Amino acid sequence: MNTNTVKISSSNLNLYYGTNHALKDVNLELYTNKITAFIGPSGCGKSTYLKTLNRMNDLVPNVKIEGEVLLDGENIYDQRVDTTLLRKKIGMVFQQPNPFPMSIYDNVAYGPRIHGIKHKAELDDIVEKSLKGAALWDEVSSRLKKSALGLSGGQQQRLCIARALAVEPEVLLMDEPTSALDPISTLKIEDLMDELKEKYTVAIVTHNMQQATRIADHTAFFLVGEVVEYAPTTELFTVPKDKRTEDYITGRFG
Amino acid sequence: MINQVVLPAQHGTSASGSIYNKKSRISDTILLVLIYLCASISILVLIGIMGYVFVRGIPAISLSFLTTVPSTIKGTFGIVGNIVNTLYIVVITLLIATPLGVGAAIYLNEYAKGGKIVRIIEFTTETLAGIPSIIFGLFGYVFFGITLGLGYSILTGALTLAIMVLPLITRTTQEALKTVPASYRSGALGIGATKWYMIRTILLPSAMPGILTGIILAIGRIVGESAALLFTAGSGYLLPKDFFGKIFESGGTLTIQLYLCMQKAKYSEAFGIAVVLLVIVLAINGLAKFLSHKFNTEVK
Repeated sequence: MNTNTVKISSSNLNLYYGTNHALKDVNLELYTNKITAFIGPSGCGKSTYLKTLNRMNDLVPNVKIEGEVLLDGENIYDQRVDTTLLRKKIGMVFQQPNPFPMSIYDNVAYGPRIHGIKHKAELDDIVEKSLKGAALWDEVSSRLKKSALGLSGGQQQRLCIARALAVEPEVLLMDEPTSALDPISTLKIEDLMDELKEKYTVAIVTHNMQQATRIADHTAFFLVGEVVEYAPTTELFTVPKDKRTEDYITGRFG
Repeated sequence: MINQVVLPAQHGTSASGSIYNKKSRISDTILLVLIYLCASISILVLIGIMGYVFVRGIPAISLSFLTTVPSTIKGTFGIVGNIVNTLYIVVITLLIATPLGVGAAIYLNEYAKGGKIVRIIEFTTETLAGIPSIIFGLFGYVFFGITLGLGYSILTGALTLAIMVLPLITRTTQEALKTVPASYRSGALGIGATKWYMIRTILLPSAMPGILTGIILAIGRIVGESAALLFTAGSGYLLPKDFFGKIFESGGTLTIQLYLCMQKAKYSEAFGIAVVLLVIVLAINGLAKFLSHKFNTEVK
Protein backbone atom coordinates (compact mmCIF):
# COMPACT_ATOMS: atom_id res chain seq x y z
CA MET A 1 0.00 0.00 0.00
CA ASN A 2 1.72 3.15 -1.16
CA THR A 3 -0.93 5.72 -0.56
CA ASN A 4 -1.48 6.76 2.99
CA THR A 5 -5.06 6.74 4.22
CA VAL A 6 -5.66 8.63 7.43
CA LYS A 7 -7.11 6.49 10.20
CA ILE A 8 -6.86 8.88 13.13
CA SER A 9 -6.11 12.55 13.10
CA SER A 10 -5.88 15.02 15.92
CA SER A 11 -6.08 18.73 15.41
CA ASN A 12 -5.12 21.45 17.87
CA LEU A 13 -5.28 18.95 20.69
CA ASN A 14 -4.54 20.51 24.08
CA LEU A 15 -4.56 18.64 27.35
CA TYR A 16 -4.24 19.97 30.87
CA TYR A 17 -3.66 18.07 34.10
CA GLY A 18 -4.98 20.69 36.49
CA THR A 19 -2.82 23.70 35.60
CA ASN A 20 -0.13 21.64 33.89
CA HIS A 21 -0.35 22.13 30.13
CA ALA A 22 0.69 18.61 29.12
CA LEU A 23 -0.11 18.63 25.40
CA LYS A 24 0.17 21.74 23.26
CA ASP A 25 -1.60 22.00 19.92
CA VAL A 26 -0.83 18.50 18.81
CA ASN A 27 -1.62 17.91 15.14
CA LEU A 28 -0.89 14.38 13.99
CA GLU A 29 -2.20 11.83 11.55
CA LEU A 30 -1.98 8.07 11.93
CA TYR A 31 -2.15 6.15 8.68
CA THR A 32 -4.08 2.96 8.07
CA ASN A 33 -1.98 -0.22 8.25
CA LYS A 34 1.12 1.66 9.27
CA ILE A 35 3.10 1.74 12.46
CA THR A 36 3.57 5.17 13.95
CA ALA A 37 6.08 5.62 16.75
CA PHE A 38 6.10 8.40 19.33
CA ILE A 39 9.53 9.12 20.76
CA GLY A 40 10.86 11.73 23.16
CA PRO A 41 12.32 12.12 26.64
CA SER A 42 10.37 11.17 29.78
CA GLY A 43 7.50 13.49 30.54
CA CYS A 44 7.29 14.84 26.98
CA GLY A 45 3.64 13.86 26.60
CA LYS A 46 3.97 10.92 24.23
CA SER A 47 2.15 8.49 26.52
CA THR A 48 -0.43 11.11 27.40
CA TYR A 49 -1.08 11.65 23.72
CA LEU A 50 -1.46 7.92 23.11
CA LYS A 51 -4.03 7.73 25.88
CA THR A 52 -6.09 10.56 24.43
CA LEU A 53 -6.62 8.39 21.36
CA ASN A 54 -8.91 5.95 23.17
CA ARG A 55 -9.93 8.30 25.96
CA MET A 56 -8.07 6.48 28.73
CA ASN A 57 -7.28 9.94 30.10
CA ASP A 58 -10.96 10.24 30.99
CA LEU A 59 -10.12 8.17 34.05
CA VAL A 60 -7.62 10.71 35.35
CA PRO A 61 -9.16 13.28 37.71
CA ASN A 62 -8.83 16.99 36.85
CA VAL A 63 -7.98 16.40 33.23
CA LYS A 64 -9.18 18.86 30.59
CA ILE A 65 -8.99 18.19 26.88
CA GLU A 66 -9.54 20.65 24.03
CA GLY A 67 -9.44 20.16 20.29
CA GLU A 68 -10.56 17.11 18.41
CA VAL A 69 -9.47 13.60 17.54
CA LEU A 70 -11.10 12.08 14.49
CA LEU A 71 -11.37 8.34 13.99
CA ASP A 72 -12.52 7.68 10.42
CA GLY A 73 -13.90 11.21 10.44
CA GLU A 74 -15.84 10.89 13.71
CA ASN A 75 -14.79 12.97 16.72
CA ILE A 76 -14.06 10.62 19.60
CA TYR A 77 -14.66 13.44 22.07
CA ASP A 78 -18.18 14.00 20.79
CA GLN A 79 -20.82 13.71 23.51
CA ARG A 80 -22.59 10.91 21.66
CA VAL A 81 -19.53 8.65 21.76
CA ASP A 82 -19.91 5.38 23.64
CA THR A 83 -16.45 4.72 25.11
CA THR A 84 -17.17 0.99 25.14
CA LEU A 85 -17.57 0.99 21.36
CA LEU A 86 -14.63 3.35 20.93
CA ARG A 87 -12.31 1.14 22.96
CA LYS A 88 -13.53 -1.91 21.07
CA LYS A 89 -12.24 -0.24 17.91
CA ILE A 90 -9.09 1.16 19.49
CA GLY A 91 -7.41 -1.42 21.69
CA MET A 92 -4.57 -0.77 24.07
CA VAL A 93 -1.52 -2.63 25.35
CA PHE A 94 0.16 -1.23 28.43
CA GLN A 95 3.74 -0.79 29.57
CA GLN A 96 3.54 -3.42 32.29
CA PRO A 97 1.95 -6.67 31.18
CA ASN A 98 -1.35 -6.71 33.08
CA PRO A 99 -3.06 -10.05 32.61
CA PHE A 100 -6.08 -10.54 34.86
CA PRO A 101 -5.77 -13.08 37.68
CA MET A 102 -7.71 -15.73 35.77
CA SER A 103 -6.96 -18.43 33.21
CA ILE A 104 -5.25 -17.73 29.90
CA TYR A 105 -8.48 -18.61 28.12
CA ASP A 106 -10.60 -16.29 30.27
CA ASN A 107 -8.15 -13.45 29.75
CA VAL A 108 -8.53 -13.61 25.99
CA ALA A 109 -12.27 -14.25 26.18
CA TYR A 110 -12.75 -11.29 28.53
CA GLY A 111 -13.22 -8.72 25.77
CA PRO A 112 -15.57 -10.76 23.56
CA ARG A 113 -17.68 -11.55 26.63
CA ILE A 114 -18.05 -7.83 27.36
CA HIS A 115 -19.48 -7.43 23.92
CA GLY A 116 -21.97 -10.21 24.47
CA ILE A 117 -20.39 -13.30 22.90
CA LYS A 118 -21.38 -16.29 25.01
CA HIS A 119 -21.31 -19.40 22.83
CA LYS A 120 -18.44 -21.65 23.77
CA ALA A 121 -17.58 -22.69 20.24
CA GLU A 122 -17.46 -19.09 19.10
CA LEU A 123 -15.29 -18.08 22.07
CA ASP A 124 -12.97 -21.04 21.50
CA ASP A 125 -12.52 -19.85 17.94
CA ILE A 126 -11.76 -16.27 18.93
CA VAL A 127 -9.33 -17.36 21.64
CA GLU A 128 -7.40 -19.56 19.26
CA LYS A 129 -7.35 -16.94 16.52
CA SER A 130 -6.24 -14.18 18.89
CA LEU A 131 -3.51 -16.24 20.52
CA LYS A 132 -2.23 -17.22 17.07
CA GLY A 133 -2.35 -13.57 16.06
CA ALA A 134 -0.20 -12.71 19.07
CA ALA A 135 2.24 -15.57 18.29
CA LEU A 136 1.49 -17.24 21.59
CA TRP A 137 -0.74 -20.15 20.60
CA ASP A 138 2.01 -22.77 20.26
CA GLU A 139 3.35 -21.98 23.70
CA VAL A 140 0.06 -22.06 25.60
CA SER A 141 -2.41 -24.20 23.63
CA SER A 142 -1.93 -27.09 26.05
CA ARG A 143 -2.55 -25.04 29.19
CA LEU A 144 -5.33 -22.62 28.33
CA LYS A 145 -7.07 -23.29 31.63
CA LYS A 146 -3.98 -22.48 33.70
CA SER A 147 -3.55 -19.13 35.40
CA ALA A 148 -2.17 -16.37 33.20
CA LEU A 149 -0.01 -15.19 36.08
CA GLY A 150 2.19 -18.26 35.62
CA LEU A 151 3.42 -17.07 32.21
CA SER A 152 6.75 -15.30 31.72
CA GLY A 153 6.80 -11.51 31.30
CA GLY A 154 7.15 -11.74 27.52
CA GLN A 155 4.36 -14.30 27.27
CA GLN A 156 2.16 -12.17 29.51
CA GLN A 157 2.67 -9.18 27.23
CA ARG A 158 1.78 -11.25 24.16
CA LEU A 159 -1.27 -12.48 26.06
CA CYS A 160 -2.26 -8.85 26.61
CA ILE A 161 -1.87 -8.28 22.88
CA ALA A 162 -4.05 -11.34 22.23
CA ARG A 163 -6.59 -9.98 24.70
CA ALA A 164 -6.65 -6.70 22.78
CA LEU A 165 -6.92 -8.49 19.42
CA ALA A 166 -9.84 -10.63 20.62
CA VAL A 167 -12.30 -7.74 20.33
CA GLU A 168 -11.19 -7.27 16.70
CA PRO A 169 -9.98 -3.70 17.00
CA GLU A 170 -8.99 -1.55 14.05
CA VAL A 171 -6.28 0.37 15.87
CA LEU A 172 -3.80 -0.91 18.43
CA LEU A 173 -2.19 1.52 20.85
CA MET A 174 0.95 0.28 22.58
CA ASP A 175 2.46 2.17 25.46
CA GLU A 176 6.12 1.13 25.70
CA PRO A 177 5.06 -2.51 25.32
CA THR A 178 8.59 -3.91 25.56
CA SER A 179 10.20 -1.70 28.20
CA ALA A 180 9.60 -4.30 30.91
CA LEU A 181 10.80 -7.20 28.79
CA ASP A 182 14.08 -8.95 28.02
CA PRO A 183 15.70 -8.57 24.55
CA ILE A 184 14.41 -11.89 23.20
CA SER A 185 10.81 -11.21 24.20
CA THR A 186 11.23 -7.71 22.77
CA LEU A 187 12.34 -9.14 19.45
CA LYS A 188 9.32 -11.45 19.36
CA ILE A 189 6.96 -8.58 19.96
CA GLU A 190 8.66 -6.45 17.31
CA ASP A 191 8.33 -9.27 14.78
CA LEU A 192 4.72 -9.60 15.79
CA MET A 193 4.06 -5.90 15.27
CA ASP A 194 5.32 -6.19 11.73
CA GLU A 195 2.63 -8.81 11.09
CA LEU A 196 -0.01 -6.89 12.99
CA LYS A 197 0.20 -3.86 10.77
CA GLU A 198 -1.14 -5.84 7.86
CA LYS A 199 -4.49 -5.92 9.63
CA TYR A 200 -4.34 -3.06 12.09
CA THR A 201 -3.21 0.50 12.42
CA VAL A 202 -0.58 0.59 15.14
CA ALA A 203 0.69 3.43 17.32
CA ILE A 204 3.54 2.77 19.70
CA VAL A 205 5.22 4.83 22.36
CA THR A 206 8.83 3.86 22.79
CA HIS A 207 11.83 4.99 24.74
CA ASN A 208 14.07 3.06 22.47
CA MET A 209 15.04 4.89 19.29
CA GLN A 210 16.48 1.76 17.67
CA GLN A 211 13.10 0.16 18.17
CA ALA A 212 11.43 3.03 16.35
CA THR A 213 13.83 2.71 13.42
CA ARG A 214 13.30 -1.05 13.29
CA ILE A 215 9.54 -1.11 13.24
CA ALA A 216 7.92 2.26 12.59
CA ASP A 217 6.87 3.66 9.24
CA HIS A 218 6.42 7.14 10.68
CA THR A 219 7.88 8.70 13.79
CA ALA A 220 6.83 11.71 15.80
CA PHE A 221 9.26 13.40 18.15
CA PHE A 222 7.67 14.94 21.25
CA LEU A 223 9.24 17.53 23.51
CA VAL A 224 7.54 19.16 26.50
CA GLY A 225 4.06 18.53 25.17
CA GLU A 226 4.69 19.56 21.60
CA VAL A 227 5.30 17.62 18.41
CA VAL A 228 8.64 18.95 17.24
CA GLU A 229 8.86 16.86 14.12
CA TYR A 230 6.76 14.23 12.39
CA ALA A 231 8.09 12.42 9.34
CA PRO A 232 8.64 9.03 7.76
CA THR A 233 10.98 7.21 10.13
CA THR A 234 14.00 6.99 7.82
CA GLU A 235 13.73 10.67 7.06
CA LEU A 236 13.42 11.72 10.70
CA PHE A 237 16.45 9.71 11.72
CA THR A 238 18.69 10.52 8.76
CA VAL A 239 17.81 14.09 7.81
CA PRO A 240 16.01 15.65 10.78
CA LYS A 241 14.75 19.12 9.94
CA ASP A 242 14.71 20.46 13.47
CA LYS A 243 17.85 21.05 15.50
CA ARG A 244 16.17 19.66 18.65
CA THR A 245 15.31 16.40 16.88
CA GLU A 246 18.89 16.06 15.75
CA ASP A 247 20.17 16.70 19.27
CA TYR A 248 17.83 14.10 20.68
CA ILE A 249 18.48 11.33 18.19
CA THR A 250 22.21 11.82 18.33
CA GLY A 251 22.02 11.42 22.07
CA ARG A 252 22.91 14.92 23.13
CA PHE A 253 20.07 14.91 25.67
CA GLY A 254 17.18 12.76 26.76
CA MET B 1 48.43 -13.43 35.89
CA ILE B 2 52.00 -14.57 35.38
CA ASN B 3 53.61 -11.22 35.97
CA GLN B 4 51.42 -10.24 38.84
CA VAL B 5 53.28 -9.48 42.01
CA VAL B 6 51.51 -10.74 45.08
CA LEU B 7 51.99 -8.38 47.96
CA PRO B 8 51.58 -9.69 51.49
CA ALA B 9 48.33 -8.36 52.90
CA GLN B 10 48.62 -6.29 55.99
CA HIS B 11 45.75 -4.90 58.09
CA GLY B 12 45.85 -1.42 59.51
CA THR B 13 44.62 -0.67 63.00
CA SER B 14 41.39 1.21 63.67
CA ALA B 15 41.69 4.76 64.84
CA SER B 16 38.44 4.66 66.80
CA GLY B 17 39.05 1.53 68.84
CA SER B 18 37.95 -2.10 68.79
CA ILE B 19 34.47 -3.28 67.86
CA TYR B 20 34.51 -6.10 70.41
CA ASN B 21 32.03 -5.77 73.22
CA LYS B 22 33.76 -4.68 76.39
CA LYS B 23 30.90 -4.76 78.87
CA SER B 24 27.38 -6.09 78.54
CA ARG B 25 24.95 -3.24 78.87
CA ILE B 26 22.85 -3.53 82.01
CA SER B 27 20.02 -1.32 80.77
CA ASP B 28 19.60 -3.58 77.73
CA THR B 29 19.33 -6.66 79.91
CA ILE B 30 16.73 -5.08 82.21
CA LEU B 31 14.64 -4.00 79.25
CA LEU B 32 14.84 -7.46 77.75
CA VAL B 33 13.64 -9.06 80.98
CA LEU B 34 10.76 -6.58 81.21
CA ILE B 35 9.68 -7.26 77.66
CA TYR B 36 9.72 -11.01 78.24
CA LEU B 37 7.70 -10.45 81.40
CA CYS B 38 5.05 -8.42 79.57
CA ALA B 39 4.79 -11.04 76.88
CA SER B 40 4.49 -13.88 79.38
CA ILE B 41 1.81 -12.11 81.41
CA SER B 42 -0.42 -11.50 78.40
CA ILE B 43 -0.04 -15.08 77.23
CA LEU B 44 -0.62 -16.47 80.73
CA VAL B 45 -3.76 -14.40 81.20
CA LEU B 46 -5.18 -15.78 77.96
CA ILE B 47 -4.22 -19.35 78.80
CA GLY B 48 -5.51 -18.92 82.36
CA ILE B 49 -8.92 -17.67 81.35
CA MET B 50 -9.32 -20.27 78.64
CA GLY B 51 -8.15 -23.03 80.93
CA TYR B 52 -10.45 -21.96 83.75
CA VAL B 53 -13.45 -21.68 81.46
CA PHE B 54 -12.78 -25.07 79.91
CA VAL B 55 -12.21 -26.80 83.25
CA ARG B 56 -15.40 -25.38 84.73
CA GLY B 57 -17.44 -25.58 81.56
CA ILE B 58 -16.70 -28.94 80.02
CA PRO B 59 -18.48 -30.94 82.78
CA ALA B 60 -21.66 -29.01 82.00
CA ILE B 61 -21.59 -30.01 78.36
CA SER B 62 -23.55 -33.08 77.47
CA LEU B 63 -25.65 -34.28 74.61
CA SER B 64 -28.84 -33.01 76.24
CA PHE B 65 -27.17 -29.65 77.00
CA LEU B 66 -26.49 -29.21 73.30
CA THR B 67 -29.74 -30.65 71.95
CA THR B 68 -32.60 -29.56 74.23
CA VAL B 69 -34.26 -26.32 75.28
CA PRO B 70 -34.88 -25.27 78.92
CA SER B 71 -38.08 -26.92 80.19
CA THR B 72 -39.37 -27.18 83.74
CA ILE B 73 -41.80 -29.92 82.79
CA LYS B 74 -39.16 -32.19 81.25
CA GLY B 75 -36.56 -30.93 83.69
CA THR B 76 -34.05 -30.25 80.95
CA PHE B 77 -31.69 -27.32 80.46
CA GLY B 78 -30.24 -27.06 76.98
CA ILE B 79 -29.07 -24.37 74.62
CA VAL B 80 -30.08 -25.66 71.21
CA GLY B 81 -32.68 -22.88 70.96
CA ASN B 82 -29.98 -20.29 71.57
CA ILE B 83 -27.65 -21.90 69.04
CA VAL B 84 -30.41 -21.71 66.43
CA ASN B 85 -31.15 -18.09 67.38
CA THR B 86 -27.47 -17.22 67.03
CA LEU B 87 -27.48 -18.72 63.53
CA TYR B 88 -30.61 -16.72 62.63
CA ILE B 89 -29.06 -13.49 63.89
CA VAL B 90 -25.74 -14.10 62.13
CA VAL B 91 -27.33 -14.96 58.79
CA ILE B 92 -29.91 -12.16 58.78
CA THR B 93 -27.44 -9.54 59.99
CA LEU B 94 -25.00 -10.48 57.23
CA LEU B 95 -27.75 -10.56 54.60
CA ILE B 96 -28.47 -6.94 55.48
CA ALA B 97 -24.98 -5.64 56.24
CA THR B 98 -22.89 -7.31 53.51
CA PRO B 99 -24.56 -5.76 50.45
CA LEU B 100 -24.70 -2.37 52.16
CA GLY B 101 -21.08 -2.50 53.34
CA VAL B 102 -19.65 -3.82 50.08
CA GLY B 103 -21.74 -1.34 48.10
CA ALA B 104 -20.56 1.56 50.24
CA ALA B 105 -16.94 0.45 49.87
CA ILE B 106 -17.27 0.19 46.09
CA TYR B 107 -18.74 3.68 45.99
CA LEU B 108 -16.02 5.14 48.21
CA ASN B 109 -13.17 3.44 46.40
CA GLU B 110 -14.26 3.41 42.78
CA TYR B 111 -16.82 6.14 42.20
CA ALA B 112 -16.39 8.93 44.73
CA LYS B 113 -13.74 11.34 43.49
CA GLY B 114 -12.30 12.24 46.88
CA GLY B 115 -13.47 15.49 48.33
CA LYS B 116 -15.75 16.46 51.15
CA ILE B 117 -18.50 13.85 50.86
CA VAL B 118 -16.05 10.96 50.98
CA ARG B 119 -14.28 12.42 53.99
CA ILE B 120 -17.62 12.87 55.76
CA ILE B 121 -18.64 9.29 54.99
CA GLU B 122 -15.29 7.89 56.10
CA PHE B 123 -15.41 9.93 59.30
CA THR B 124 -18.94 8.71 59.98
CA THR B 125 -17.99 5.08 59.41
CA GLU B 126 -15.04 5.37 61.75
CA THR B 127 -17.15 7.02 64.43
CA LEU B 128 -19.81 4.37 64.01
CA ALA B 129 -17.15 1.74 64.65
CA GLY B 130 -16.22 3.31 67.98
CA ILE B 131 -19.70 3.64 69.48
CA PRO B 132 -20.33 1.38 72.52
CA SER B 133 -22.67 -1.40 71.52
CA ILE B 134 -25.24 -0.65 74.24
CA ILE B 135 -25.98 2.60 72.39
CA PHE B 136 -26.79 0.59 69.27
CA GLY B 137 -29.02 -1.50 71.53
CA LEU B 138 -30.82 1.56 72.85
CA PHE B 139 -31.30 2.95 69.35
CA GLY B 140 -32.38 -0.39 67.95
CA TYR B 141 -34.89 -0.93 70.74
CA VAL B 142 -36.46 2.51 70.33
CA PHE B 143 -36.32 2.78 66.55
CA PHE B 144 -36.78 -0.75 65.18
CA GLY B 145 -38.55 -2.18 68.20
CA ILE B 146 -40.97 0.58 69.12
CA THR B 147 -41.19 3.08 66.26
CA LEU B 148 -41.25 0.45 63.51
CA GLY B 149 -43.23 -1.88 65.78
CA LEU B 150 -40.97 -4.90 65.36
CA GLY B 151 -40.83 -5.48 69.12
CA TYR B 152 -38.41 -7.92 70.67
CA SER B 153 -37.57 -9.99 67.64
CA ILE B 154 -34.73 -11.57 65.73
CA LEU B 155 -35.30 -9.00 62.99
CA THR B 156 -34.95 -6.07 65.41
CA GLY B 157 -31.73 -7.59 66.74
CA ALA B 158 -30.35 -8.29 63.26
CA LEU B 159 -31.14 -4.78 62.02
CA THR B 160 -29.41 -3.32 65.06
CA LEU B 161 -26.34 -5.49 64.63
CA ALA B 162 -26.28 -4.77 60.89
CA ILE B 163 -25.73 -1.10 61.70
CA MET B 164 -23.08 -2.10 64.18
CA VAL B 165 -20.99 -4.28 61.83
CA LEU B 166 -21.53 -2.09 58.76
CA PRO B 167 -18.35 -0.02 59.35
CA LEU B 168 -16.29 -3.19 59.78
CA ILE B 169 -17.44 -4.67 56.49
CA THR B 170 -17.10 -1.35 54.67
CA ARG B 171 -13.56 -0.84 55.95
CA THR B 172 -12.25 -4.32 55.17
CA THR B 173 -13.84 -4.27 51.72
CA GLN B 174 -12.27 -0.87 51.03
CA GLU B 175 -8.86 -2.17 52.07
CA ALA B 176 -9.31 -5.23 49.88
CA LEU B 177 -10.30 -3.07 46.89
CA LYS B 178 -7.26 -0.86 47.41
CA THR B 179 -4.93 -3.84 47.02
CA VAL B 180 -6.28 -4.66 43.54
CA PRO B 181 -3.66 -3.30 41.10
CA ALA B 182 -4.72 -0.26 39.08
CA SER B 183 -3.46 -2.04 35.96
CA TYR B 184 -6.35 -4.52 36.23
CA ARG B 185 -8.76 -1.62 36.07
CA SER B 186 -7.15 0.07 33.07
CA GLY B 187 -6.69 -3.31 31.37
CA ALA B 188 -10.39 -4.04 31.58
CA LEU B 189 -11.58 -0.53 30.71
CA GLY B 190 -9.03 -0.40 27.86
CA ILE B 191 -10.79 -3.19 25.97
CA GLY B 192 -14.19 -1.61 26.40
CA ALA B 193 -15.51 -2.95 29.69
CA THR B 194 -17.96 -0.64 31.39
CA LYS B 195 -17.06 0.36 34.90
CA TRP B 196 -19.66 -1.87 36.48
CA TYR B 197 -18.65 -4.85 34.32
CA MET B 198 -15.03 -4.32 35.39
CA ILE B 199 -16.03 -4.15 39.05
CA ARG B 200 -18.14 -7.28 38.77
CA THR B 201 -15.69 -9.43 36.83
CA ILE B 202 -12.27 -8.22 38.01
CA LEU B 203 -12.43 -6.17 41.19
CA LEU B 204 -14.86 -8.16 43.29
CA PRO B 205 -13.33 -11.58 42.51
CA SER B 206 -9.84 -10.23 43.26
CA ALA B 207 -11.01 -8.60 46.48
CA MET B 208 -13.13 -11.57 47.55
CA PRO B 209 -10.74 -13.10 50.10
CA GLY B 210 -10.42 -9.71 51.82
CA ILE B 211 -14.17 -9.23 51.81
CA LEU B 212 -14.63 -12.71 53.26
CA THR B 213 -12.18 -11.91 56.03
CA GLY B 214 -14.26 -8.86 56.91
CA ILE B 215 -17.44 -10.91 56.95
CA ILE B 216 -15.86 -13.50 59.23
CA LEU B 217 -14.67 -10.82 61.63
CA ALA B 218 -18.22 -9.46 61.58
CA ILE B 219 -19.53 -12.93 62.47
CA GLY B 220 -17.17 -12.92 65.43
CA ARG B 221 -18.58 -9.62 66.64
CA ILE B 222 -22.18 -10.79 66.17
CA VAL B 223 -21.62 -14.04 68.03
CA GLY B 224 -19.93 -12.21 70.89
CA GLU B 225 -22.44 -9.35 71.16
CA SER B 226 -24.83 -9.13 74.10
CA ALA B 227 -25.48 -5.52 75.09
CA ALA B 228 -26.95 -4.56 71.73
CA LEU B 229 -29.15 -7.66 71.64
CA LEU B 230 -30.65 -7.82 75.11
CA PHE B 231 -33.33 -5.21 74.40
CA THR B 232 -33.69 -5.84 70.69
CA ALA B 233 -33.73 -9.57 70.00
CA GLY B 234 -34.88 -10.42 73.50
CA SER B 235 -34.21 -13.65 75.31
CA GLY B 236 -36.50 -16.28 73.76
CA TYR B 237 -35.03 -19.76 74.00
CA LEU B 238 -37.51 -21.99 72.21
CA LEU B 239 -36.92 -23.70 68.90
CA PRO B 240 -38.67 -22.05 65.96
CA LYS B 241 -42.03 -23.51 65.03
CA ASP B 242 -42.15 -21.68 61.74
CA PHE B 243 -38.96 -21.11 59.76
CA PHE B 244 -39.79 -17.58 58.57
CA GLY B 245 -42.14 -16.66 61.38
CA LYS B 246 -39.26 -16.99 63.83
CA ILE B 247 -37.76 -13.81 62.40
CA PHE B 248 -40.53 -11.83 64.06
CA GLU B 249 -40.26 -13.63 67.37
CA SER B 250 -38.00 -13.05 70.31
CA GLY B 251 -34.75 -15.03 70.24
CA GLY B 252 -31.82 -14.85 72.59
CA THR B 253 -28.36 -15.74 71.34
CA LEU B 254 -25.80 -17.77 73.30
CA THR B 255 -24.35 -14.66 74.97
CA ILE B 256 -27.81 -13.61 76.15
CA GLN B 257 -28.43 -17.04 77.63
CA LEU B 258 -25.02 -16.84 79.31
CA TYR B 259 -26.01 -13.51 80.82
CA LEU B 260 -29.31 -14.91 82.08
CA CYS B 261 -27.58 -17.94 83.61
CA MET B 262 -25.22 -15.65 85.49
CA GLN B 263 -28.15 -13.62 86.79
CA LYS B 264 -29.72 -16.79 88.15
CA ALA B 265 -26.36 -17.93 89.55
CA LYS B 266 -26.39 -21.04 87.34
CA TYR B 267 -22.64 -20.93 86.98
CA SER B 268 -21.98 -24.39 85.65
CA GLU B 269 -24.42 -23.84 82.76
CA ALA B 270 -22.90 -20.39 82.22
CA PHE B 271 -19.44 -21.92 81.88
CA GLY B 272 -20.82 -24.57 79.55
CA ILE B 273 -22.14 -21.85 77.25
CA ALA B 274 -18.83 -20.01 77.59
CA VAL B 275 -16.99 -23.08 76.27
CA VAL B 276 -19.31 -23.30 73.27
CA LEU B 277 -18.80 -19.58 72.56
CA LEU B 278 -15.02 -19.79 72.91
CA VAL B 279 -14.85 -22.71 70.51
CA ILE B 280 -16.96 -20.82 67.98
CA VAL B 281 -14.86 -17.64 68.30
CA LEU B 282 -11.59 -19.56 68.02
CA ALA B 283 -12.83 -21.35 64.94
CA ILE B 284 -13.89 -18.06 63.39
CA ASN B 285 -10.55 -16.40 64.13
CA GLY B 286 -8.72 -19.37 62.69
CA LEU B 287 -10.78 -19.17 59.52
CA ALA B 288 -10.11 -15.42 59.23
CA LYS B 289 -6.36 -15.99 59.64
CA PHE B 290 -6.41 -18.74 57.05
CA LEU B 291 -8.30 -16.60 54.54
CA SER B 292 -6.18 -13.47 54.99
CA HIS B 293 -3.04 -15.58 54.67
CA LYS B 294 -4.37 -17.12 51.50
CA PHE B 295 -5.26 -13.63 50.29
CA ASN B 296 -1.77 -12.27 50.96
CA THR B 297 0.03 -15.09 49.22
CA GLU B 298 -2.29 -14.89 46.24
CA VAL B 299 -1.57 -11.20 45.72
CA LYS B 300 2.17 -11.90 45.68
